[in-house]
Amino acid sequence: MTLSSMSALVSIFFLLWILKDLVVRGIAAINWDFFTHLPAPPGEEGGGIRHAIYGTLVITAMASAIAIPVGLLAGTYLSEYARHGRFGLVVRFLSDILLSVPSIIVGTFVYAIMVRPMGTFSALSGAVALAIIMIPVILKTTDEVLRLVPDVVREAAYALGAPRWVVITKVVYRGAITGIMTGIILAVARIIGETAPLLFTSFSNNFWETNILRPMATMTVVIFNYAMSPYENWQSIAWGASFVLTVFVLVLNLLGRFLFRGRKYG
Amino acid sequence: MKRIGDRIFKSVAFLSALLVVLLVVIIGVLLYMESRAAMDRFGFLGFIFRDVWNPVEDEFGGLFAVVGTLLSSAIAIVIATPVSIGVAIFITELSPSSLRGLLSAIIELLAAIPSIIYGMWGLFVLAPILRHSVEPWMIEHFGFIPFLGGKPYGIGLLNAGIVLSIMIIPYISSIVREVFSLVPDVMKEAAYAVGATRWEVVRNVVIPYTRSGIMAGVILGLGRALGETMAVTFVIGNAYRIPSTIYEPSITIASSLANEFTEATSTLHLSSLFFLAFVLFLITFVVMSLGRLIIMRMQRHGV
Repeated sequence: MTLSSMSALVSIFFLLWILKDLVVRGIAAINWDFFTHLPAPPGEEGGGIRHAIYGTLVITAMASAIAIPVGLLAGTYLSEYARHGRFGLVVRFLSDILLSVPSIIVGTFVYAIMVRPMGTFSALSGAVALAIIMIPVILKTTDEVLRLVPDVVREAAYALGAPRWVVITKVVYRGAITGIMTGIILAVARIIGETAPLLFTSFSNNFWETNILRPMATMTVVIFNYAMSPYENWQSIAWGASFVLTVFVLVLNLLGRFLFRGRKYG
Repeated sequence: MKRIGDRIFKSVAFLSALLVVLLVVIIGVLLYMESRAAMDRFGFLGFIFRDVWNPVEDEFGGLFAVVGTLLSSAIAIVIATPVSIGVAIFITELSPSSLRGLLSAIIELLAAIPSIIYGMWGLFVLAPILRHSVEPWMIEHFGFIPFLGGKPYGIGLLNAGIVLSIMIIPYISSIVREVFSLVPDVMKEAAYAVGATRWEVVRNVVIPYTRSGIMAGVILGLGRALGETMAVTFVIGNAYRIPSTIYEPSITIASSLANEFTEATSTLHLSSLFFLAFVLFLITFVVMSLGRLIIMRMQRHGV
Protein backbone atom coordinates (compact mmCIF):
# COMPACT_ATOMS: atom_id res chain seq x y z
CA MET A 1 0.00 0.00 0.00
CA THR A 2 2.76 2.37 0.94
CA LEU A 3 4.55 1.27 -2.20
CA SER A 4 1.64 2.21 -4.40
CA SER A 5 1.26 5.61 -2.74
CA MET A 6 4.95 6.08 -3.26
CA SER A 7 4.76 5.28 -6.95
CA ALA A 8 2.03 7.87 -7.39
CA LEU A 9 4.18 10.37 -5.53
CA VAL A 10 7.25 9.48 -7.60
CA SER A 11 5.36 10.12 -10.85
CA ILE A 12 4.12 13.49 -9.64
CA PHE A 13 7.58 14.27 -8.35
CA PHE A 14 9.11 13.70 -11.79
CA LEU A 15 6.44 15.81 -13.46
CA LEU A 16 7.11 18.69 -11.08
CA TRP A 17 10.85 18.25 -11.46
CA ILE A 18 10.71 18.41 -15.25
CA LEU A 19 8.33 21.37 -15.16
CA LYS A 20 10.55 23.18 -12.67
CA ASP A 21 13.64 22.87 -14.89
CA LEU A 22 11.61 23.93 -17.88
CA VAL A 23 10.25 27.02 -16.17
CA VAL A 24 13.50 28.09 -14.54
CA ARG A 25 15.72 27.57 -17.60
CA GLY A 26 13.02 28.47 -20.09
CA ILE A 27 11.95 31.81 -18.67
CA ALA A 28 15.57 32.87 -18.33
CA ALA A 29 15.90 32.54 -22.09
CA ILE A 30 12.75 34.36 -23.07
CA ASN A 31 12.63 38.03 -23.94
CA TRP A 32 11.11 40.15 -26.66
CA ASP A 33 13.88 39.33 -29.13
CA PHE A 34 13.14 35.64 -28.68
CA PHE A 35 9.80 36.04 -30.45
CA THR A 36 10.72 38.75 -32.95
CA HIS A 37 14.26 38.00 -34.11
CA LEU A 38 15.90 35.44 -36.32
CA PRO A 39 18.75 33.30 -34.97
CA ALA A 40 22.06 34.94 -34.17
CA PRO A 41 25.22 33.39 -35.67
CA PRO A 42 26.77 30.70 -33.45
CA GLY A 43 28.71 32.13 -30.56
CA GLU A 44 26.98 35.50 -30.63
CA GLU A 45 24.52 36.58 -27.96
CA GLY A 46 20.85 37.23 -28.58
CA GLY A 47 18.73 36.14 -31.48
CA GLY A 48 15.30 34.57 -31.54
CA ILE A 49 13.21 31.93 -33.22
CA ARG A 50 10.52 33.95 -34.96
CA HIS A 51 10.98 31.80 -38.06
CA ALA A 52 10.47 28.56 -36.14
CA ILE A 53 7.35 29.75 -34.32
CA TYR A 54 5.93 30.75 -37.68
CA GLY A 55 6.94 27.39 -39.18
CA THR A 56 5.32 25.39 -36.40
CA LEU A 57 2.06 27.32 -36.77
CA VAL A 58 2.00 27.01 -40.56
CA ILE A 59 2.88 23.31 -40.67
CA THR A 60 0.43 22.47 -37.89
CA ALA A 61 -2.31 24.42 -39.67
CA MET A 62 -1.64 22.64 -42.97
CA ALA A 63 -1.58 19.24 -41.26
CA SER A 64 -4.90 20.03 -39.59
CA ALA A 65 -6.40 21.15 -42.88
CA ILE A 66 -5.57 17.73 -44.33
CA ALA A 67 -6.26 15.53 -41.33
CA ILE A 68 -9.45 17.02 -39.89
CA PRO A 69 -11.71 16.36 -42.91
CA VAL A 70 -10.25 12.92 -43.58
CA GLY A 71 -10.32 11.83 -39.93
CA LEU A 72 -13.78 13.24 -39.40
CA LEU A 73 -15.24 11.55 -42.48
CA ALA A 74 -13.54 8.24 -41.77
CA GLY A 75 -14.81 8.30 -38.18
CA THR A 76 -18.26 9.18 -39.48
CA TYR A 77 -18.19 6.23 -41.85
CA LEU A 78 -17.30 3.87 -39.01
CA SER A 79 -19.95 5.18 -36.66
CA GLU A 80 -22.79 5.74 -39.13
CA TYR A 81 -22.27 3.15 -41.87
CA ALA A 82 -20.00 0.46 -40.46
CA ARG A 83 -20.78 0.34 -36.77
CA HIS A 84 -20.85 -3.44 -36.80
CA GLY A 85 -19.35 -5.85 -39.26
CA ARG A 86 -16.02 -6.87 -40.59
CA PHE A 87 -14.96 -3.74 -42.50
CA GLY A 88 -15.45 -1.53 -39.45
CA LEU A 89 -13.47 -3.95 -37.33
CA VAL A 90 -10.56 -3.99 -39.80
CA VAL A 91 -10.48 -0.19 -40.15
CA ARG A 92 -10.60 0.35 -36.38
CA PHE A 93 -7.82 -2.18 -35.86
CA LEU A 94 -5.56 -0.74 -38.56
CA SER A 95 -6.27 2.79 -37.40
CA ASP A 96 -5.06 1.80 -33.93
CA ILE A 97 -1.96 0.33 -35.56
CA LEU A 98 -1.40 3.54 -37.54
CA LEU A 99 -1.79 5.45 -34.28
CA SER A 100 1.08 3.49 -32.83
CA VAL A 101 3.44 3.37 -35.81
CA PRO A 102 6.55 5.15 -34.46
CA SER A 103 6.40 8.70 -35.74
CA ILE A 104 9.92 8.53 -37.15
CA ILE A 105 8.77 5.77 -39.50
CA VAL A 106 6.09 8.10 -40.83
CA GLY A 107 8.95 10.52 -41.50
CA THR A 108 10.92 7.96 -43.52
CA PHE A 109 7.74 7.08 -45.44
CA VAL A 110 6.98 10.67 -46.40
CA TYR A 111 10.63 11.16 -47.31
CA ALA A 112 10.31 8.33 -49.83
CA ILE A 113 6.97 9.42 -51.33
CA MET A 114 7.42 13.20 -51.34
CA VAL A 115 10.85 14.57 -50.46
CA ARG A 116 12.88 12.40 -52.80
CA PRO A 117 10.58 12.76 -55.84
CA MET A 118 10.31 16.54 -55.29
CA GLY A 119 14.04 16.80 -54.79
CA THR A 120 13.83 19.03 -51.73
CA PHE A 121 12.71 19.05 -48.12
CA SER A 122 9.52 21.06 -47.76
CA ALA A 123 7.05 22.39 -45.21
CA LEU A 124 4.30 20.67 -47.19
CA SER A 125 5.83 17.22 -46.75
CA GLY A 126 6.19 17.93 -43.02
CA ALA A 127 2.50 18.74 -42.90
CA VAL A 128 1.65 15.48 -44.71
CA ALA A 129 3.71 13.51 -42.18
CA LEU A 130 1.96 15.17 -39.26
CA ALA A 131 -1.43 14.66 -40.93
CA ILE A 132 -0.77 10.89 -41.15
CA ILE A 133 -0.19 10.91 -37.39
CA MET A 134 -3.24 13.06 -36.75
CA ILE A 135 -5.82 11.19 -38.86
CA PRO A 136 -6.18 8.09 -36.64
CA VAL A 137 -6.49 10.27 -33.51
CA ILE A 138 -9.40 12.21 -34.98
CA LEU A 139 -10.92 9.07 -36.48
CA LYS A 140 -10.99 7.37 -33.09
CA THR A 141 -12.57 10.21 -31.11
CA THR A 142 -15.09 10.96 -33.86
CA ASP A 143 -16.14 7.31 -34.06
CA GLU A 144 -16.51 7.15 -30.28
CA VAL A 145 -18.44 10.37 -29.72
CA LEU A 146 -20.78 9.92 -32.67
CA ARG A 147 -21.79 6.57 -31.29
CA LEU A 148 -22.86 8.28 -28.08
CA VAL A 149 -25.49 10.28 -29.92
CA PRO A 150 -28.75 8.39 -29.20
CA ASP A 151 -30.50 6.75 -32.13
CA VAL A 152 -33.76 8.47 -31.16
CA VAL A 153 -32.24 11.75 -32.30
CA ARG A 154 -31.42 10.26 -35.71
CA GLU A 155 -34.85 8.67 -36.03
CA ALA A 156 -36.60 11.92 -35.17
CA ALA A 157 -34.73 13.63 -38.00
CA TYR A 158 -35.46 10.80 -40.46
CA ALA A 159 -39.13 11.06 -39.54
CA LEU A 160 -39.10 14.65 -40.78
CA GLY A 161 -37.95 13.33 -44.15
CA ALA A 162 -34.32 14.41 -43.96
CA PRO A 163 -31.87 12.38 -46.07
CA ARG A 164 -29.18 10.51 -44.26
CA TRP A 165 -26.30 12.84 -45.00
CA VAL A 166 -28.33 15.82 -43.79
CA VAL A 167 -29.19 13.92 -40.61
CA ILE A 168 -25.50 13.25 -40.05
CA THR A 169 -24.17 16.71 -40.83
CA LYS A 170 -26.98 18.77 -39.33
CA VAL A 171 -28.13 16.65 -36.41
CA VAL A 172 -25.57 14.06 -35.36
CA TYR A 173 -22.55 16.39 -35.72
CA ARG A 174 -24.35 19.10 -33.81
CA GLY A 175 -25.09 16.76 -30.95
CA ALA A 176 -21.51 15.60 -30.72
CA ILE A 177 -19.78 18.88 -31.51
CA THR A 178 -17.97 19.29 -28.16
CA GLY A 179 -16.65 15.76 -28.32
CA ILE A 180 -15.43 16.25 -31.88
CA MET A 181 -13.79 19.55 -30.97
CA THR A 182 -12.08 17.93 -28.01
CA GLY A 183 -10.69 15.23 -30.26
CA ILE A 184 -9.37 17.81 -32.70
CA ILE A 185 -7.76 19.92 -29.99
CA LEU A 186 -6.05 16.89 -28.45
CA ALA A 187 -4.86 15.81 -31.90
CA VAL A 188 -3.35 19.25 -32.51
CA ALA A 189 -1.72 19.13 -29.09
CA ARG A 190 -0.22 15.81 -30.04
CA ILE A 191 1.32 16.86 -33.37
CA ILE A 192 2.51 20.30 -32.35
CA GLY A 193 5.16 18.67 -30.16
CA GLU A 194 6.27 16.12 -32.78
CA THR A 195 9.88 16.26 -33.90
CA ALA A 196 10.83 12.93 -35.41
CA PRO A 197 8.55 13.04 -38.49
CA LEU A 198 9.78 16.53 -39.36
CA LEU A 199 13.50 15.74 -39.38
CA PHE A 200 13.42 14.27 -42.90
CA THR A 201 10.47 16.24 -44.27
CA SER A 202 10.28 19.92 -43.37
CA PHE A 203 13.91 19.70 -42.20
CA SER A 204 15.07 23.06 -40.85
CA ASN A 205 16.03 26.50 -42.03
CA ASN A 206 17.97 29.31 -40.40
CA PHE A 207 16.23 31.98 -42.44
CA TRP A 208 12.79 33.45 -42.77
CA GLU A 209 10.95 31.20 -45.22
CA THR A 210 7.31 31.38 -46.27
CA ASN A 211 7.37 29.12 -49.33
CA ILE A 212 5.74 25.84 -48.32
CA LEU A 213 7.70 24.00 -50.99
CA ARG A 214 10.98 24.89 -49.27
CA PRO A 215 12.51 23.60 -46.04
CA MET A 216 11.02 25.37 -43.04
CA ALA A 217 12.15 25.55 -39.42
CA THR A 218 9.86 24.39 -36.63
CA MET A 219 10.19 24.88 -32.90
CA THR A 220 10.77 21.21 -32.23
CA VAL A 221 13.48 20.70 -34.82
CA VAL A 222 15.16 23.94 -33.68
CA ILE A 223 15.08 22.64 -30.09
CA PHE A 224 16.75 19.45 -31.28
CA ASN A 225 19.47 21.18 -33.30
CA TYR A 226 20.17 23.87 -30.71
CA ALA A 227 20.15 21.57 -27.69
CA MET A 228 22.67 19.28 -29.40
CA SER A 229 24.91 22.22 -30.32
CA PRO A 230 27.95 23.15 -28.23
CA TYR A 231 26.95 26.84 -27.93
CA GLU A 232 25.50 27.89 -24.62
CA ASN A 233 23.44 30.65 -26.16
CA TRP A 234 21.78 28.16 -28.49
CA GLN A 235 21.16 25.67 -25.70
CA SER A 236 19.49 28.42 -23.72
CA ILE A 237 17.28 29.26 -26.70
CA ALA A 238 16.37 25.57 -26.90
CA TRP A 239 15.16 25.73 -23.28
CA GLY A 240 13.16 28.85 -24.05
CA ALA A 241 11.55 27.17 -27.06
CA SER A 242 10.81 24.05 -24.99
CA PHE A 243 9.09 26.18 -22.39
CA VAL A 244 6.91 27.97 -24.95
CA LEU A 245 6.09 24.68 -26.68
CA THR A 246 5.14 22.94 -23.43
CA VAL A 247 2.91 25.84 -22.41
CA PHE A 248 1.20 25.54 -25.82
CA VAL A 249 0.67 21.82 -25.42
CA LEU A 250 -0.51 21.92 -21.82
CA VAL A 251 -2.93 24.77 -22.51
CA LEU A 252 -4.39 22.83 -25.45
CA ASN A 253 -4.74 19.74 -23.26
CA LEU A 254 -6.43 21.64 -20.45
CA LEU A 255 -8.71 23.31 -22.99
CA GLY A 256 -9.63 19.90 -24.38
CA ARG A 257 -10.36 18.56 -20.93
CA PHE A 258 -12.38 21.62 -19.97
CA LEU A 259 -14.50 21.34 -23.11
CA PHE A 260 -15.03 17.66 -22.55
CA ARG A 261 -16.37 18.30 -19.08
CA GLY A 262 -19.15 20.48 -20.45
CA ARG A 263 -20.13 17.81 -22.99
CA LYS A 264 -23.61 16.85 -24.02
CA TYR A 265 -23.22 13.39 -25.53
CA GLY A 266 -19.56 13.23 -26.15
CA MET B 1 -31.75 14.53 -55.33
CA LYS B 2 -31.78 13.07 -51.86
CA ARG B 3 -30.27 9.89 -53.18
CA ILE B 4 -27.36 11.62 -54.92
CA GLY B 5 -26.39 13.62 -51.82
CA ASP B 6 -26.48 10.46 -49.76
CA ARG B 7 -24.43 8.52 -52.24
CA ILE B 8 -21.75 11.20 -52.54
CA PHE B 9 -21.45 11.64 -48.77
CA LYS B 10 -21.24 7.92 -48.17
CA SER B 11 -18.61 7.40 -50.88
CA VAL B 12 -16.41 10.22 -49.64
CA ALA B 13 -16.65 8.94 -46.07
CA PHE B 14 -15.90 5.42 -47.29
CA LEU B 15 -12.85 6.59 -49.21
CA SER B 16 -11.54 8.33 -46.10
CA ALA B 17 -11.90 5.15 -44.09
CA LEU B 18 -10.26 3.19 -46.89
CA LEU B 19 -7.36 5.65 -46.93
CA VAL B 20 -6.51 4.69 -43.35
CA VAL B 21 -6.33 1.03 -44.32
CA LEU B 22 -4.27 1.82 -47.42
CA LEU B 23 -1.85 4.00 -45.46
CA VAL B 24 -0.86 1.15 -43.16
CA VAL B 25 -0.46 -1.25 -46.09
CA ILE B 26 1.46 1.24 -48.25
CA ILE B 27 3.82 2.20 -45.42
CA GLY B 28 4.68 -1.48 -44.90
CA VAL B 29 5.12 -2.24 -48.61
CA LEU B 30 7.15 0.88 -49.30
CA LEU B 31 9.53 0.30 -46.41
CA TYR B 32 10.03 -3.25 -47.69
CA MET B 33 10.78 -2.06 -51.21
CA GLU B 34 13.19 0.62 -50.04
CA SER B 35 15.11 -1.91 -47.99
CA ARG B 36 15.47 -4.36 -50.87
CA ALA B 37 19.02 -3.22 -51.75
CA ALA B 38 20.26 -3.95 -48.24
CA MET B 39 18.20 -7.13 -48.04
CA ASP B 40 19.66 -8.52 -51.28
CA ARG B 41 23.15 -7.75 -50.11
CA PHE B 42 23.03 -9.02 -46.54
CA GLY B 43 19.91 -11.23 -46.38
CA PHE B 44 16.98 -10.68 -44.03
CA LEU B 45 18.16 -12.49 -40.91
CA GLY B 46 21.74 -11.97 -42.00
CA PHE B 47 21.24 -8.22 -41.71
CA ILE B 48 19.47 -8.37 -38.37
CA PHE B 49 22.21 -10.49 -36.77
CA ARG B 50 25.16 -8.73 -38.40
CA ASP B 51 27.28 -6.81 -35.89
CA VAL B 52 28.81 -4.13 -38.06
CA TRP B 53 27.82 -0.56 -38.91
CA ASN B 54 30.45 1.13 -41.01
CA PRO B 55 29.28 3.82 -43.46
CA VAL B 56 32.88 4.41 -44.60
CA GLU B 57 33.29 0.88 -45.93
CA ASP B 58 29.62 0.48 -46.84
CA GLU B 59 29.13 -2.43 -44.45
CA PHE B 60 25.88 -2.51 -42.51
CA GLY B 61 24.08 -4.76 -40.05
CA GLY B 62 21.19 -4.26 -37.68
CA LEU B 63 22.35 -6.08 -34.57
CA PHE B 64 23.60 -3.06 -32.57
CA ALA B 65 20.45 -1.05 -33.13
CA VAL B 66 18.13 -4.01 -32.54
CA VAL B 67 19.89 -4.96 -29.30
CA GLY B 68 19.94 -1.33 -28.08
CA THR B 69 16.25 -0.94 -28.87
CA LEU B 70 15.29 -4.10 -27.01
CA LEU B 71 17.51 -3.39 -23.99
CA SER B 72 16.46 0.22 -23.46
CA SER B 73 12.81 -0.76 -23.74
CA ALA B 74 13.35 -3.69 -21.38
CA ILE B 75 14.83 -1.39 -18.73
CA ALA B 76 11.90 0.99 -19.22
CA ILE B 77 9.36 -1.82 -18.77
CA VAL B 78 11.10 -3.16 -15.64
CA ILE B 79 10.85 0.27 -14.03
CA ALA B 80 7.49 1.36 -15.40
CA THR B 81 5.41 -1.77 -14.77
CA PRO B 82 5.45 -1.79 -10.94
CA VAL B 83 5.20 2.00 -10.74
CA SER B 84 2.25 2.10 -13.16
CA ILE B 85 0.39 -0.60 -11.27
CA GLY B 86 1.13 1.26 -8.04
CA VAL B 87 -0.21 4.50 -9.46
CA ALA B 88 -3.35 2.74 -10.69
CA ILE B 89 -3.93 1.08 -7.31
CA PHE B 90 -3.40 4.37 -5.54
CA ILE B 91 -5.84 6.24 -7.74
CA THR B 92 -8.60 3.64 -7.88
CA GLU B 93 -8.44 2.08 -4.44
CA LEU B 94 -6.64 4.35 -1.99
CA SER B 95 -6.93 8.02 -2.74
CA PRO B 96 -9.95 9.96 -1.45
CA SER B 97 -12.42 10.39 -4.29
CA SER B 98 -11.99 14.16 -4.25
CA LEU B 99 -8.33 13.78 -5.21
CA ARG B 100 -8.94 11.11 -7.83
CA GLY B 101 -9.74 13.36 -10.79
CA LEU B 102 -6.92 15.76 -10.04
CA LEU B 103 -4.36 12.99 -9.66
CA SER B 104 -5.23 11.24 -12.88
CA ALA B 105 -5.21 14.59 -14.68
CA ILE B 106 -1.73 15.37 -13.37
CA ILE B 107 -0.39 11.99 -14.37
CA GLU B 108 -1.94 12.26 -17.81
CA LEU B 109 -0.26 15.63 -18.28
CA LEU B 110 3.01 13.75 -18.06
CA ALA B 111 1.94 11.97 -21.23
CA ALA B 112 1.17 15.25 -22.98
CA ILE B 113 4.67 16.71 -22.64
CA PRO B 114 6.42 16.48 -26.04
CA SER B 115 9.05 13.77 -26.14
CA ILE B 116 11.81 16.17 -27.14
CA ILE B 117 11.39 17.91 -23.77
CA TYR B 118 12.06 14.61 -22.01
CA GLY B 119 15.15 14.24 -24.14
CA MET B 120 16.53 17.65 -23.21
CA TRP B 121 15.76 17.07 -19.58
CA GLY B 122 17.45 13.67 -19.68
CA LEU B 123 20.54 15.15 -21.34
CA PHE B 124 21.01 18.31 -19.29
CA VAL B 125 19.52 17.37 -15.91
CA LEU B 126 19.34 13.63 -15.45
CA ALA B 127 22.63 12.67 -17.11
CA PRO B 128 24.93 14.57 -14.69
CA ILE B 129 23.03 13.21 -11.71
CA LEU B 130 23.29 9.65 -13.01
CA ARG B 131 26.95 10.04 -13.82
CA HIS B 132 28.05 11.57 -10.54
CA SER B 133 25.66 10.11 -7.97
CA VAL B 134 23.29 7.35 -8.99
CA GLU B 135 25.53 5.17 -11.16
CA PRO B 136 28.60 5.25 -8.86
CA TRP B 137 26.31 4.32 -5.97
CA MET B 138 24.78 1.44 -7.94
CA ILE B 139 28.21 0.23 -9.02
CA GLU B 140 29.46 0.29 -5.45
CA HIS B 141 26.52 -1.62 -4.00
CA PHE B 142 25.31 -3.82 -6.84
CA GLY B 143 28.47 -4.00 -8.95
CA PHE B 144 28.79 -7.73 -8.30
CA ILE B 145 25.61 -8.41 -10.29
CA PRO B 146 26.32 -8.97 -14.00
CA PHE B 147 25.78 -5.86 -16.19
CA LEU B 148 25.56 -3.61 -13.12
CA GLY B 149 29.30 -3.20 -12.57
CA GLY B 150 31.75 -1.16 -14.62
CA LYS B 151 32.09 2.56 -15.20
CA PRO B 152 29.49 5.31 -14.87
CA TYR B 153 28.62 7.16 -18.09
CA GLY B 154 25.49 9.22 -17.45
CA ILE B 155 24.56 9.01 -21.11
CA GLY B 156 23.60 5.48 -22.05
CA LEU B 157 21.12 2.64 -21.71
CA LEU B 158 20.12 3.38 -18.12
CA ASN B 159 19.37 7.02 -18.84
CA ALA B 160 17.33 6.05 -21.90
CA GLY B 161 15.47 3.41 -19.87
CA ILE B 162 14.61 5.86 -17.10
CA VAL B 163 13.43 8.58 -19.47
CA LEU B 164 11.37 6.05 -21.44
CA SER B 165 9.82 4.70 -18.25
CA ILE B 166 8.72 8.19 -17.17
CA MET B 167 7.14 8.57 -20.59
CA ILE B 168 5.21 5.31 -20.60
CA ILE B 169 4.04 5.28 -16.96
CA PRO B 170 1.00 7.49 -17.64
CA TYR B 171 0.13 5.35 -20.64
CA ILE B 172 0.32 2.00 -18.85
CA SER B 173 -1.30 3.25 -15.67
CA SER B 174 -4.29 4.69 -17.51
CA ILE B 175 -4.95 1.32 -19.15
CA VAL B 176 -4.46 -0.52 -15.85
CA ARG B 177 -6.83 1.93 -14.16
CA GLU B 178 -9.43 1.27 -16.81
CA VAL B 179 -9.29 -2.50 -16.32
CA PHE B 180 -9.31 -2.10 -12.54
CA SER B 181 -12.59 -0.26 -12.83
CA LEU B 182 -14.02 -3.29 -14.66
CA VAL B 183 -13.77 -5.46 -11.54
CA PRO B 184 -17.34 -5.94 -10.29
CA ASP B 185 -17.90 -4.28 -6.90
CA VAL B 186 -19.63 -7.45 -5.70
CA MET B 187 -16.36 -9.35 -5.89
CA LYS B 188 -14.47 -6.78 -3.87
CA GLU B 189 -17.29 -6.47 -1.35
CA ALA B 190 -17.42 -10.22 -0.94
CA ALA B 191 -13.73 -10.23 -0.07
CA TYR B 192 -14.12 -7.33 2.35
CA ALA B 193 -17.07 -9.17 3.94
CA VAL B 194 -14.89 -12.13 4.85
CA GLY B 195 -12.46 -9.78 6.54
CA ALA B 196 -9.87 -9.12 3.85
CA THR B 197 -7.77 -5.97 4.19
CA ARG B 198 -7.50 -3.47 1.34
CA TRP B 199 -4.13 -4.86 0.35
CA GLU B 200 -5.47 -8.41 0.31
CA VAL B 201 -8.38 -7.34 -1.85
CA VAL B 202 -6.04 -5.72 -4.34
CA ARG B 203 -3.60 -8.61 -4.36
CA ASN B 204 -6.02 -11.52 -4.30
CA VAL B 205 -9.06 -10.16 -6.12
CA VAL B 206 -8.31 -7.14 -8.27
CA ILE B 207 -4.93 -8.11 -9.72
CA PRO B 208 -5.71 -11.76 -10.54
CA TYR B 209 -9.02 -10.71 -12.07
CA THR B 210 -7.38 -8.11 -14.31
CA ARG B 211 -4.20 -9.98 -15.15
CA SER B 212 -4.71 -10.02 -18.91
CA GLY B 213 -5.65 -6.35 -18.91
CA ILE B 214 -2.46 -5.44 -17.04
CA MET B 215 -0.56 -7.56 -19.54
CA ALA B 216 -2.14 -5.64 -22.43
CA GLY B 217 -1.22 -2.34 -20.80
CA VAL B 218 2.40 -3.39 -20.41
CA ILE B 219 2.57 -4.66 -24.00
CA LEU B 220 1.15 -1.40 -25.36
CA GLY B 221 3.62 0.53 -23.20
CA LEU B 222 6.41 -1.58 -24.65
CA GLY B 223 5.21 -0.75 -28.15
CA ARG B 224 5.50 2.92 -27.30
CA ALA B 225 8.98 2.58 -25.84
CA LEU B 226 10.33 0.62 -28.81
CA GLY B 227 9.52 3.36 -31.30
CA GLU B 228 10.22 6.42 -29.18
CA THR B 229 12.74 8.57 -30.99
CA MET B 230 13.56 12.02 -29.74
CA ALA B 231 13.86 11.38 -26.03
CA VAL B 232 16.15 8.43 -26.67
CA THR B 233 18.29 10.14 -29.30
CA PHE B 234 19.36 12.73 -26.73
CA VAL B 235 20.38 10.32 -24.01
CA ILE B 236 21.38 6.95 -25.55
CA GLY B 237 24.87 8.07 -26.60
CA ASN B 238 24.66 6.82 -30.20
CA ALA B 239 27.37 4.18 -30.00
CA TYR B 240 27.30 1.27 -32.43
CA ARG B 241 28.39 -1.59 -30.22
CA ILE B 242 27.02 -4.24 -27.89
CA PRO B 243 26.91 -2.69 -24.42
CA SER B 244 28.43 -4.81 -21.66
CA THR B 245 26.83 -2.89 -18.77
CA ILE B 246 23.53 -1.04 -18.43
CA TYR B 247 25.38 2.28 -18.10
CA GLU B 248 27.11 2.16 -21.46
CA PRO B 249 26.13 4.18 -24.53
CA SER B 250 24.23 2.29 -27.19
CA ILE B 251 22.00 3.02 -30.20
CA THR B 252 18.36 2.28 -31.02
CA ILE B 253 16.75 1.86 -34.41
CA ALA B 254 14.77 5.07 -34.04
CA SER B 255 17.75 7.13 -32.90
CA SER B 256 20.00 5.84 -35.66
CA LEU B 257 17.34 6.91 -38.17
CA ALA B 258 17.09 10.35 -36.54
CA ASN B 259 20.86 10.80 -36.66
CA GLU B 260 21.83 9.40 -40.04
CA PHE B 261 18.86 9.46 -42.37
CA THR B 262 19.49 12.89 -43.87
CA GLU B 263 23.23 12.26 -44.00
CA ALA B 264 23.25 8.84 -45.61
CA THR B 265 26.37 8.59 -47.73
CA SER B 266 25.42 5.86 -50.20
CA THR B 267 22.43 4.06 -51.64
CA LEU B 268 23.26 1.06 -49.53
CA HIS B 269 23.49 3.21 -46.38
CA LEU B 270 20.04 4.71 -47.03
CA SER B 271 18.61 1.30 -47.87
CA SER B 272 20.05 -0.13 -44.63
CA LEU B 273 18.37 2.67 -42.68
CA PHE B 274 15.09 1.86 -44.45
CA PHE B 275 15.68 -1.77 -43.51
CA LEU B 276 16.02 -0.76 -39.86
CA ALA B 277 12.79 1.24 -40.18
CA PHE B 278 11.10 -1.82 -41.70
CA VAL B 279 12.30 -4.02 -38.82
CA LEU B 280 10.99 -1.47 -36.29
CA PHE B 281 7.69 -1.29 -38.18
CA LEU B 282 7.34 -5.08 -38.01
CA ILE B 283 8.25 -5.26 -34.32
CA THR B 284 5.82 -2.52 -33.27
CA PHE B 285 3.14 -3.95 -35.56
CA VAL B 286 3.37 -7.35 -33.87
CA VAL B 287 3.61 -5.93 -30.34
CA MET B 288 0.75 -3.47 -30.80
CA SER B 289 -1.49 -6.05 -32.50
CA LEU B 290 -0.94 -8.40 -29.60
CA GLY B 291 -1.88 -5.73 -27.06
CA ARG B 292 -4.92 -4.64 -29.07
CA LEU B 293 -6.11 -8.22 -29.55
CA ILE B 294 -6.00 -8.86 -25.80
CA ILE B 295 -8.02 -5.70 -25.18
CA MET B 296 -10.52 -6.51 -27.96
CA ARG B 297 -11.03 -9.99 -26.52
CA MET B 298 -11.57 -8.54 -23.05
CA GLN B 299 -14.16 -6.12 -24.36
CA ARG B 300 -16.01 -8.95 -26.03
CA HIS B 301 -15.91 -11.54 -23.28
CA GLY B 302 -15.54 -9.37 -20.21
CA VAL B 303 -12.22 -9.34 -18.37
